[in-house]
Amino acid sequence: MEYLYFPGCTLYTKAKNLDEAGRECAKVLGFELRELSNWTCCGATFPLAKDNIMALAPPARILARAKEEGGTLTTLCSVCFNVIKRANRLIREDSEKREKINTFIEMDYQGDVRVLHYLEILKRDVGFETLKAAVKRDLGGLKVAPFYGCMLLRPSEEMEFDDKEAPTIFEDFLKAITCEPVDFPYKIECCGAFQSVGAPEVATECAYSILSSAVRNGAEAVTTTCPLCQFNIDSMQKEVHEKHNDFPGIPILYFTQLLGLALGLPVEKLDFGRNDVDPRPLLKGKELI
Amino acid sequence: MGRVGVVLCSCDLEGAPLFDPDVLTEKLKRRNDVLPLVYRSPACSESGVEAIRAFVEESDLDRIVVTCSRPELFGPTCMKVLRQSGHNTAFSEVIDIRPALASVEKGGLKEAAEHVLDLVERKIDEIRGRVPSRKEKIPFTKRVMVIGAGITGITASIDLGNAGYEVLLVDRLPSIGGRMLQLSETFPTLDCAQCTLTPKTVETGQHPQIRLITYSEIESVSGEVGNILVKIRRKAAYVDWEKCTGCGLCQEKCPSKVPSEFERGVGLGKAIYTLSPQAVPNKPVINREVCRFFTKGKCRVCEKVCPVGAIDYEQEDTFIEERVGAIIVATGFDLYPKEEIGEYGYGDVPDVIDGLAFERLNSASGPTAGEIRRPSDGHIPKEMVFIQCVASRDPERYMPYCSRACCMYTAKHARLYKHKVHDGRAYIFYMDIRSMGKGYEEFIQQGVEEEGILYLRGRVSRLFRDNDHVVVWGVDTLTGKKVEIAADMVVLATAMIPSRGVKELAEKLGIKTDEYGFLTEAHWKLYPVESGVEGIYLAGCAQGPKDIADTVAQGNAAASKVQALFAQYRNSS
Amino acid sequence: MKIEISRQKVHNEFAQKVEEISGQNLFACYQCGNCTAGCPVSFAMDLGPHQVIRFSLLGLEKEVLESNTFWICASCLQCTSRCPKGLDIARIMEAIRLVILRKKERLDRLEIRELPGEFLDRVPQIALISGFRKFSS
Repeated sequence: MEYLYFPGCTLYTKAKNLDEAGRECAKVLGFELRELSNWTCCGATFPLAKDNIMALAPPARILARAKEEGGTLTTLCSVCFNVIKRANRLIREDSEKREKINTFIEMDYQGDVRVLHYLEILKRDVGFETLKAAVKRDLGGLKVAPFYGCMLLRPSEEMEFDDKEAPTIFEDFLKAITCEPVDFPYKIECCGAFQSVGAPEVATECAYSILSSAVRNGAEAVTTTCPLCQFNIDSMQKEVHEKHNDFPGIPILYFTQLLGLALGLPVEKLDFGRNDVDPRPLLKGKELI
Repeated sequence: MGRVGVVLCSCDLEGAPLFDPDVLTEKLKRRNDVLPLVYRSPACSESGVEAIRAFVEESDLDRIVVTCSRPELFGPTCMKVLRQSGHNTAFSEVIDIRPALASVEKGGLKEAAEHVLDLVERKIDEIRGRVPSRKEKIPFTKRVMVIGAGITGITASIDLGNAGYEVLLVDRLPSIGGRMLQLSETFPTLDCAQCTLTPKTVETGQHPQIRLITYSEIESVSGEVGNILVKIRRKAAYVDWEKCTGCGLCQEKCPSKVPSEFERGVGLGKAIYTLSPQAVPNKPVINREVCRFFTKGKCRVCEKVCPVGAIDYEQEDTFIEERVGAIIVATGFDLYPKEEIGEYGYGDVPDVIDGLAFERLNSASGPTAGEIRRPSDGHIPKEMVFIQCVASRDPERYMPYCSRACCMYTAKHARLYKHKVHDGRAYIFYMDIRSMGKGYEEFIQQGVEEEGILYLRGRVSRLFRDNDHVVVWGVDTLTGKKVEIAADMVVLATAMIPSRGVKELAEKLGIKTDEYGFLTEAHWKLYPVESGVEGIYLAGCAQGPKDIADTVAQGNAAASKVQALFAQYRNSS
Repeated sequence: MKIEISRQKVHNEFAQKVEEISGQNLFACYQCGNCTAGCPVSFAMDLGPHQVIRFSLLGLEKEVLESNTFWICASCLQCTSRCPKGLDIARIMEAIRLVILRKKERLDRLEIRELPGEFLDRVPQIALISGFRKFSS
């Protein structure tokens, strides 16, 4: 089974640990991620202005090229997923805008490519039962708090990903890979997104609220699906400490790193060194590595 | 057959005529089987009605068509006048010209007249084709069925019973009293609800004209006013009510502890139960879905202890058929399930309850003997949050309408809480306060000034469990600030919705419901308790959310409508 | 702090511009404040999102544009997902940002030279791209 893969701006560089683990795990699970042959940045934000058609050109082009190559388009980044899926729907439903966009990108795209996030592939096409059977390294009920963030879930009528108030797909995934999911109220709240650049004090507070909630509910680690969430709650823990020096700190892992660990991938492939809060002490302590 | 008289009223109640009647007279005059009359002022006036009567009498017409923009309001009066002059109204009609005007632009009087002419000519032809029917005497049964034995149904039943009519009072619960049975105290007087209700339920149970048919559902309905045949399914109670003396031993000895719908999730019940110690009728039923005998084949304690051998596990549903002349539908309400509200926890947070559950906690006969205690650990809550407009006034996600009674009962809940927990603080999140009854506004203000209830104007976006608190994220729009409260307990004033199964019942009765399931009244303003189907009346929350005073008034109104109906048929039984 | 209200001031050009770019009807807001209550960053805003809508409707352009509200907004859509009247508040915030960013004078909220070097080394591309798309023209 092959999927067209859209990496996005960050996955080959700063978020290599998300990407590599994702590709390797796919192989183990019997599907392949074939990189889209010609792609550009998706834009990283879905244009909220009704008259901004220009900002729809990048995702439109990505989708049109996916249509040409044929297949289902998938991504590992929640933001890319959100932008591309929303753009896809708009193109499908708004004939006036579709025409303008197609004229500009000089392609003819109708909005009919299927777009899935990697987690959806695991749930729908692979199946969590199959995933469970493929586990080679039992993670021993490691208490992991799944951080959904906002882009996977909202707007729920367009994303059609899971229940926006009480989603369970990420928890089901964690159970399948022998972790113990930790439910915490901030799992659906925003990490601050681009405010880590625009108003870092605000983003720091968001990170603190999310992380302290996870810790308070017994999490040993937090997992994410998005390089922006990862940056905001992993790398920015440094800023969180500066403001709240009683904060204990907690490792943040990409879901593909956990998946790779459970599927028995060699530890070097999981690139734990790239995570700013080193997860290795925790994993060594649990005799997982 | 003589000519058909056509009364052309172009109506100008809204300041201008709706069509040009001269266009019609022009065309109708060419037919020699039609005699037109133009009445240039609204015919629905004393002089108008006189003119119509004179027209009929002087021209000796036996068939009439009258054009009208509100036939449902003027029609009956016009027909009555014609009948009084000895006219047989089976051959006449007041027709609705609104459909003819729908596609015409305002002011297009000539165009409108063409459309009305079309309608009138079709009606003339139809009326000319009517044949006199055989006069038949059909039996008119002067008995009434009241569906729903809450305070509304009880009120209507007592009125009709007192007027001398036989009343069949049907309810799906084992005993009568409806929602009021679950209440502790009522606003604005804070009278004990059971003290108000019990005398009425006893009066109903003792009334010689009222027959109680409880633990039953309507199976099918056929016939028409005066001659309605209703088939009723009496559900198996697994207790022989003829033998049962109401001693209560079975309930006392039943070993089960099961979730009770009556207790709204804050208390447990038994598998064999009556709804209250003063139940009318005071006979229990067994819920086979939770009874140990029915589910596991064990126990049978009730059978063993019953002194009169009234337990009968073999009992089956039975059916009865009753013939009545009129029906009053008073099926009451339910509350929007909190289990469907995601941002408030999908019903998984134990200390988040709805208004009826609070009533159970506050009731002396309730699961906590009237003490306000948290369902999770039984502690007394000190930080008590009440949220109004839950699933109401929410066109995007839930019900768009206002549920009318919640502002008052929430204030009541907060006041009752403060009466019991003096060192607690009550917070009420609201958008507006609708206190439109006698003494209601004063009641609200008293709660604020005397009990120190803090009203926070704003909605609650989300609440969640955090250790042993419920964190509430709301807003106080009056200061503009986002507000966070670590509440001990939260009471949701959820939207009032029609009782389960009302749409199906309405279909059986042939009456209309709106998109939410509330029964549709015949006219928004003037016929609030009529269904549009002769002989079937509506009353209470089944017609729309309201408080007890208004439901009782509608119960009285529906009863009076039935009496007026029955009075028209003097020579029947 | 008295304001004068007239038919020229209420729903003025500014309010209409916001409605046009966002596609939302400001009159539909019944000020329940659910958006402010659920917003993860409203603690840092000087005006809550519901207040921004109110001020805009009343034509108080200056107060709206001087607030930090729409600059702090993270476009997380929590407000939109919970609005009982179905308003897309995130779009309204974007519209107000664009009223400023589309002006002839360059009024960017963020300049790249303001970001410390070591921060630029750490920060992933996705944050810079989304940030600059929201805060600059």
